[in-house]
Amino acid sequence: MSETTAVTKGKLRNPLRGWYANLPRPARWAVLAAVAALAYLLPYVAQVPIVGPQIITTGIDWSSALFNMSYYVLLALGLNVVVGFAGLLDLGYVGFFAVGALTVAVLTSPDSQLQTKWPWLAAVPVAIALSLVSGLVLGWPTLRLRGDYLAIVTLGFAEIIRVAADSTGFLRGDRGFSKLPHPPGTYSDGKPIFGIIDATPYFWLGLTLVILVVIGARNLERSRVGRSWLAIREDEEAAEVMGVRTIKFKLWAFAIGASIGGLGGVLFAGQPGFVNSSSFQLLFSILVLAGVVMGGSGNIPGAILGGVLISYIPDRLRNVEVFGKDAFEYRFLLFGLLIILIMIFRPQGLIPSRRRAAELKDRAKEVQA
Amino acid sequence: MAATAMLAGAAACNSTNGNTSSSSGGGDKCGLELAYFGALTGSAANLGVNIAQGAELAINQYNEKNKDCQVTLRKFDSQGSADVAPGLARQVIQNKKIIGVIGPVFSGESESADPIFEEAGIPLITPSATRPTLSTNGWKVFHRAVANDLAQGPAAGNYIKSVLKAEKVFVVDDQSAYGSGLAEQVKKVLGAAVVDTDKVQGDGKQNDFSATVTKITSSGATALFYGGYYQNAGLLRKQLTGAGWKGVLVAGDGVNDPGYVKAAGNDAAEGSILTCPCAPAAKASGTFVADYKAKWSVDAGTYSDVAYDAANIFLQGIDAGNTTAEKLNTYLGTVNYKGVANTYKFTDKGELDSAQIIVWAFKVTNGEVVPDVEAPKS
Amino acid sequence: MHYLSEHFSSLFRDFGQLTTTGLAQGAIYALFALGYTLVYGVLRLINFAHSEVFMVGTFGAVLTWSALGLDQNSHINGVGSVVLYLLVGLLAAVIASGGTAIVVELTAYRPLRRKNAPPLVFLITAIGASTVLSELVGVLSDRSVRSSPIFVQPHELIRVGNTSLTNVQLILIVTALVMMVALDLFINRTRLGRGVRAVAQNPDSAALMGVNKNRVISLIFLIGGLMAGVAAVMYMMKIGTTRYDSGFYLGIKAFTAAVLGGIGNLRGALLGGLLLGLVENYGSGFFGSQWHDAVAFAALVLILLFRPTGLLGESLGRARA
Repeated sequence: MSETTAVTKGKLRNPLRGWYANLPRPARWAVLAAVAALAYLLPYVAQVPIVGPQIITTGIDWSSALFNMSYYVLLALGLNVVVGFAGLLDLGYVGFFAVGALTVAVLTSPDSQLQTKWPWLAAVPVAIALSLVSGLVLGWPTLRLRGDYLAIVTLGFAEIIRVAADSTGFLRGDRGFSKLPHPPGTYSDGKPIFGIIDATPYFWLGLTLVILVVIGARNLERSRVGRSWLAIREDEEAAEVMGVRTIKFKLWAFAIGASIGGLGGVLFAGQPGFVNSSSFQLLFSILVLAGVVMGGSGNIPGAILGGVLISYIPDRLRNVEVFGKDAFEYRFLLFGLLIILIMIFRPQGLIPSRRRAAELKDRAKEVQA
Repeated sequence: MAATAMLAGAAACNSTNGNTSSSSGGGDKCGLELAYFGALTGSAANLGVNIAQGAELAINQYNEKNKDCQVTLRKFDSQGSADVAPGLARQVIQNKKIIGVIGPVFSGESESADPIFEEAGIPLITPSATRPTLSTNGWKVFHRAVANDLAQGPAAGNYIKSVLKAEKVFVVDDQSAYGSGLAEQVKKVLGAAVVDTDKVQGDGKQNDFSATVTKITSSGATALFYGGYYQNAGLLRKQLTGAGWKGVLVAGDGVNDPGYVKAAGNDAAEGSILTCPCAPAAKASGTFVADYKAKWSVDAGTYSDVAYDAANIFLQGIDAGNTTAEKLNTYLGTVNYKGVANTYKFTDKGELDSAQIIVWAFKVTNGEVVPDVEAPKS
Repeated sequence: MHYLSEHFSSLFRDFGQLTTTGLAQGAIYALFALGYTLVYGVLRLINFAHSEVFMVGTFGAVLTWSALGLDQNSHINGVGSVVLYLLVGLLAAVIASGGTAIVVELTAYRPLRRKNAPPLVFLITAIGASTVLSELVGVLSDRSVRSSPIFVQPHELIRVGNTSLTNVQLILIVTALVMMVALDLFINRTRLGRGVRAVAQNPDSAALMGVNKNRVISLIFLIGGLMAGVAAVMYMMKIGTTRYDSGFYLGIKAFTAAVLGGIGNLRGALLGGLLLGLVENYGSGFFGSQWHDAVAFAALVLILLFRPTGLLGESLGRARA
């Protein structure tokens, strides 16, 4: 009974998807460009009559909420490469985020022992490179492990990074790094673009990075690398037999995922001017993973939606009154319920990848048979 | 049309004011808001709840006296996180009715939120962020209603040295900015008397301390300084007693909370020394403790009283006609307010006037935290 | 060099004491890990909500004790009343945990099984269930701490040099051993246990052979919940306080212990639990307690590198690649 509803829902979605797929290539590009342009206007969505005020968050500054979404989306996109494309279950993704953010902090903050006090931009390539290396360091010895064993090892890896961030004097733990510089640039009147009061420019920066990562991930997915990932995800032994160098491509997935995670950390560190170890909680990894799977693992639009939701839902539930009482205290409770409901009614995710949906249909048929 | 409606509203407010004798100010102060800024969910929630409830009690009492002209407390749940704080602070400053902030609760979130309040000129009184460097950033809106680590740490150290006369001291901290900062100061004072140190995880992340307990018992220390918050301090004390350690636990105001005795149990907590940058006479005076219990049906916790005072300072300022953020901030510079936890007078950096800083040692006796002696200055 | 020798000397000085306390903590991990391993052995599912099943158990016990008028300062005299109160608490914890486990299975997992959803989806639902449970208890308990009385005042039974073993430690270790053996006998010697093994090995053939798969799975969750209830009372006896988030980290550790021993393997859960308790304590003794968790996870990574399916391998279900 419930399988059939899932399938019919899938069919209901198809007209939109079919319409898009049947468009000529330039038209498809135009649609994407229009969507991207609209995304840049999101900070002003409150001006849209009737709908706008319903969309924006009222308990937290809307531009800041958008900025938070942008780095959650970056992380979801990166984790989607590892989990969705290559099928490697990573429960410790926040570790790479931590490497990215902490590298920026160590290189730029006056609190750092290094005292290099670099500008934000100069620290970016170093941070991404270090994240990539940490992905390889984690990946190389652990890729022999499968499935849930890999999951617990990645979780352990992230915890080791967190403990190190908490406990080594060099990384300053909970005391953190203050007075981190913001991204560069000034308006013509000499005021910095990336100021303190307005978070909109940070969101635009985040959105730009998201778009760049999406373009990169999409090209990868359709390349030889992407096809190898698919083969590994579907059946690792078969892939190996067919001549796919599984270790190499798994390492690729880890390295790319890690650098995107690091990029998320870099973006994050540029905004609040302060970074400490309590930003790298385990729960964060788990949340991003939940986002990827809810959105539709293995599908870029799905990962984007998932990343948006995990950040947006708890923020949107601030300052909402339920039965005359501010619901902020219940927002994680509602969020958990929503995760369960989404997974039960759409196990393939909200925007599933077509291939994944087909796999799921196969599995459902197996049950019926 | 809109303008006339507004005028009518203001007039209505004025006229109702005229009927009550208690308020003398104009209609300006009607509908003003204060913000609580700190954790209400997440692992640090209990400390934040103490503070929010303390502040809310003050506001409620004010509103009961001024039925026609209410001040609202808006609560902003930062989850104690420096990542969430900037977005919330930007939301606070968009609400033009909010003219004062009680918080941010922690030092980390202060680092990322205070620059925003500074830029917007909204005065803040933090009842609990004790990092010394917060007052050295040149922020004009920053006010701290407690002594920072530089005052309390040495006091605790001096107590151990001069009152307990402990020759072997073990120092543990929970690696929080607060706990490790305090522990550093204590170590500086005690010098060679510190036989060994250890670090544990924060509240909620660790509750078995067997390795630390083993180290303490075999170090031969007769006193333990714990830098951190009450829950883990209580658990550690209980496990130490269970392992037969008979020394004295000394801790700062983060542990000066009924929750400590609750977590440790009366027997284990007996004799623990908890410092607090507050005067015991003030602590006993007034009906605050009883009012708090009546309102929230729990005992007032760490910083509840300071938050209550902070809210009352703002309310007194509003009553004196300081109805804009700018005026209120100027007013804070002149304040000399005797509250339930302390007498408040701020320096130009926003710290408590050093003459007002008295650190008292409290002792757990029969499950109650009672004043012991004023902590020696050296 | 001096730095190292100082660390070694403190580790050696306290070695015996670190061992006994480590075993006691390991016993709690082991009891907790049995639940993970049972569910994983049958369903290949990391039941993330198991940590909350445990936490609900601690609240079940604590609330029952407070209803009986006991708090952290109550003194209970006489072995008889101590045992009686502990048994009442145990009953409450076991009902609370077992009930929660069944509710989670029925509402969060069974609908997914009907759709034959991939394992990852179960994991995410488990995370959702975990969030719901801990937040629910958090809201209901005002996120504050609840304490239990001290039932058994720890006192030394044996002392050799500076190493001692207390009565509480002994109770914990013996309980973990007994529960593991009982569970092992149940799985290997009883009719119901045979059904469990059949489903673990091949659910479809088991169904063909007349085993009611869903009933077996519910049974597994129930037993896992009961074990969590026992762990909850042991935990309250040892630690004495609980909070809405007290299950989360313990759960991660217990799961680590299960993987360390070989997940799906009951004896592995015991071995893994005790070993993890020891490794953590030795690590804390050597490096300092702040490295507690890092040492545990580093040990896990090292062991999995050499034995990719844990120390004892998987055994409840089929042999897996």
